[in-house]
Amino acid sequence: MITADIIKQHGLTPGEYDHILKIMGREPTMVELGVFSVMWSEHCSYKSSRVYLKKLPTKGKQVICGPGENAGIVDIGDGLAVIFKMESHNHPSMIEPYQGATTGVGGILRDIFTMGARPIALLNSLRFGNPSHPKTKHLVSGVVAGIAGYGNCMGIPTVGGEVYFDDCYNGNILVNAMCVGVVRKDRIFYAKAAGVGNPVIYVGSKTGRDGIHGATMASDVFDETSEQKRPHVQVGDPFTEKLLMEACLELFRGKDVVGIQDMGAAGLTCSSLEMAGKGGVGIDMDLSSVPLREEKMTPYEIMLSESQERMLLVSRKGSEKRILKLFEKWDLDAAVVGKVVKGDTVKVLMNGQLHGTIPTMPITEEAPCYNRPVKKPKYLEKVRRVDWASLLPSPPAPLPHNVGEGAFDDILKKLLASPTIASKRWVYRQYDHMVGTNTAVLPGSDAAVVRIKEPHTEGKLTKKGLAMTSDCNSRYVYLNPRRGAAIAVAEAARNIACSGGRPLAVTDCLNFASPEDPEIMWQFREALRGISEACVALGTPIISGNVSFYNQSPETAIFPTPTIGMIGLLDDVSQHCTQWFKDEGDIVVLLGSPNSSEKDFGGTEFVKMMTGQVIGDAPALNLKKERALQNLCIEGIKKGWIRSAHDCSEGGLAVALAECCMTGPQMLGADVDLGQKQDYSPLKTMANLFAETQSRILITIKECHLQSLLKAARLKKVSAKKIGSVAGKSLQINDLVDIPVKELEMAWSSGFEKGVFGQE
Amino acid sequence: MKFGVIVFPGSNCDWDSYHVVTNVLKQKGQFVWHKETKLPRLDAVVVPGGFSYGDHLRTGAIARFSPVMNEVVKFAKAGGRVIGICNGFQILTEAGLLPGVLMRNRDLKFICETVSIEVANHRTAFTKNYEKQARLRMPIAHGEGNYFADGETLRRLEGDGRVVFRYAPVNPNGSQNDIAGIINEAGNVLGMMPHPERCAEVMLGNEDGRKVFESIIS
Repeated sequence: MITADIIKQHGLTPGEYDHILKIMGREPTMVELGVFSVMWSEHCSYKSSRVYLKKLPTKGKQVICGPGENAGIVDIGDGLAVIFKMESHNHPSMIEPYQGATTGVGGILRDIFTMGARPIALLNSLRFGNPSHPKTKHLVSGVVAGIAGYGNCMGIPTVGGEVYFDDCYNGNILVNAMCVGVVRKDRIFYAKAAGVGNPVIYVGSKTGRDGIHGATMASDVFDETSEQKRPHVQVGDPFTEKLLMEACLELFRGKDVVGIQDMGAAGLTCSSLEMAGKGGVGIDMDLSSVPLREEKMTPYEIMLSESQERMLLVSRKGSEKRILKLFEKWDLDAAVVGKVVKGDTVKVLMNGQLHGTIPTMPITEEAPCYNRPVKKPKYLEKVRRVDWASLLPSPPAPLPHNVGEGAFDDILKKLLASPTIASKRWVYRQYDHMVGTNTAVLPGSDAAVVRIKEPHTEGKLTKKGLAMTSDCNSRYVYLNPRRGAAIAVAEAARNIACSGGRPLAVTDCLNFASPEDPEIMWQFREALRGISEACVALGTPIISGNVSFYNQSPETAIFPTPTIGMIGLLDDVSQHCTQWFKDEGDIVVLLGSPNSSEKDFGGTEFVKMMTGQVIGDAPALNLKKERALQNLCIEGIKKGWIRSAHDCSEGGLAVALAECCMTGPQMLGADVDLGQKQDYSPLKTMANLFAETQSRILITIKECHLQSLLKAARLKKVSAKKIGSVAGKSLQINDLVDIPVKELEMAWSSGFEKGVFGQE
Repeated sequence: MKFGVIVFPGSNCDWDSYHVVTNVLKQKGQFVWHKETKLPRLDAVVVPGGFSYGDHLRTGAIARFSPVMNEVVKFAKAGGRVIGICNGFQILTEAGLLPGVLMRNRDLKFICETVSIEVANHRTAFTKNYEKQARLRMPIAHGEGNYFADGETLRRLEGDGRVVFRYAPVNPNGSQNDIAGIINEAGNVLGMMPHPERCAEVMLGNEDGRKVFESIIS
């Protein structure tokens, strides 16, 4: 008997249940109800976001496969393709940081190797609450150790990412994991069942009771009772996943596999229904053959378990023995659990008894789809109305009115020491970022660069390299969802360009609060507009992604955080570029606007530090100018003119200059003239130093190439201005800043641990 | 010269070693699956890094029971050259080919970074192409690299010049006597925590590890 209580426990609305009754023509069994519940959860069905996701630009001549599969695929030539995706694991990580993060990494890795690719790199984008919040220390330690624990054991290098801190994440952290894989174009596999009579084979770990209803949990808000959901969090086993990956990749070299799908959210349910649905066939599942970890598991539990490190595949008839033997070689469980049949239903049988008959088409095609109400948030007007002149120089943080030698030294040092800007060495030192010997540019530059060789190439040859990054400054998105989200795309592409790569395609991980709040839905709609506009302008289609709603705590909603993961292509991986200064005497050139104004103060780290507030409007962005700037940078690197290139982002020009001085193998100073004039107001001076004006890249170049570069800049209508040279052991900016690089480095390298752990 | 690279379940630096041996140094290489009960004809064996058996129980503790290890021990006893890197070093200590153990790092965290080491003995089969006391930059990537042996063993290692690499000037993991790599009594088995295969190419910005392999070859 299905009661109203049971329906509610399954996260279904009365309206949704009525629809289920209509589809089934009768009361569903418990197994069927459980299946509908997960398949129609926000997490699996995208019911609140589908109307907007459909409008995203997903096409391009480089795209082999866009959204809708486990991950997106992009052609990179030489018979190879790159497969990548980013996914969130926010709710589990908040409840149980270590396991939440490991299973996030494990899940995204499976999405990549399910399609035939060998993963080549991992990235992650993390958001924590205020560094001084009592939970932050524990969450940072747990999440970082979890990511390390899984990626290191798998032998996939974690090469990049980002870590931000803001109060809005105190009760709901974000853990977004991205994986990039390389595949031979003729060995791509899809999640599609075909061929009546073909066996359905279960491979990998045994099924236990862990993670039942994980997807439903991820579709609910956080409250006082969320901690009690700890048993919903799955437990990861990277060693089994490593074996599963090697076994699958070995299997893919043969001709036995017809289709394959990993068991992620909603495990056996999701994988069988998706494969049958996509193939236009039915599947008869016999749960009696599923390898179980625990005794007396019910069909309901088996179908909904989210035990990790499992795959479901359809193979050619007659290949069963070969496949079982291959998995035995890798000490993994494998069992034939069903077969492909004519029709359009998945039948669930156990011990000869029928426990459910689920129609594949309506469950996906008639899944609820909501066009939820939207309303422009009230807070926007309040946060954008700022009188900078009266706000900034006022107590408790007075600013020097009498600009004199080194007047801004302390501010610069404090900015470098803020955990959001400070060195993330404490984090990436725990990640094996070199295993595979492909990482040409290690963490700590604008984008990581990896080369492509065996075993990823599987017999093909290439000189190409991949640049990769993830970006999102959620403060900008909070202040102006549309522009802020466009900036996230622009900055990701800029980071790629700074490494010498041509931006290729995007994966997005859209983290928002409750879609049932019209103001949040407005943020969502606007952010997606911004992403679309930027992706079209920069020629980077969106090929995969993930939506995570309900990121909020009783205190507050998170800032809208549409994380952008981007891949760029280098034709010759040896031609990559890094952010740090290379040699004394090199000329420092600023590409992009040399002039900032108070308009660019909105959402900056500087303002947050001085006032404790996230206020103003997101900095202006001109996408046409942005593209021209990036093209100039890419050309300059390819021609061999540009010796270092660094994007100006959080902390503005002064912080970017400091980073160029101290992040390389040797510390180098610089003598910089920003064209500071006597009559500049303190506000204007501060803007030039610390405002986060968009579309700017700091480069260095040899004197002999300066004229060629300036000429190329004129042709592309990009502002390029010589602002100084690499010299000495101090960073000097007019008479505003004068600090030994060593001092800058001390502030920057110890800031993270001091801020988060209260120690050096 | 022909190198065999042993592959355990969970090995993940197997391809990296194979790449350096074959593509960089143009030698012959062959992967050897851990369930093999016979080694092919080889001139040297690499026991690569990784997480054999997921580090379950204790690093290297289960891998040493893999069938192939009997053959590796026989090969070493017959004078064949064996190099164990990172997890390979841990396996060799568990297999009794090298003394001591690798404990959890001093600060209980996994550490991946390029560190500074010194060639403590340049008169070995694995270091003869290095200068005396050469300073090298080499990546480490381990959670259990904290070398420990009893006093008598340490005295013998030091007395016989069997400490081959030492962390200098900074000891990242708490190893006794800053030990980063040691050889066996006969001098044909090397175990080291730093990864020479990760720094043998210009592309990766560091070639300091290349001479470990070149010493074996020459």
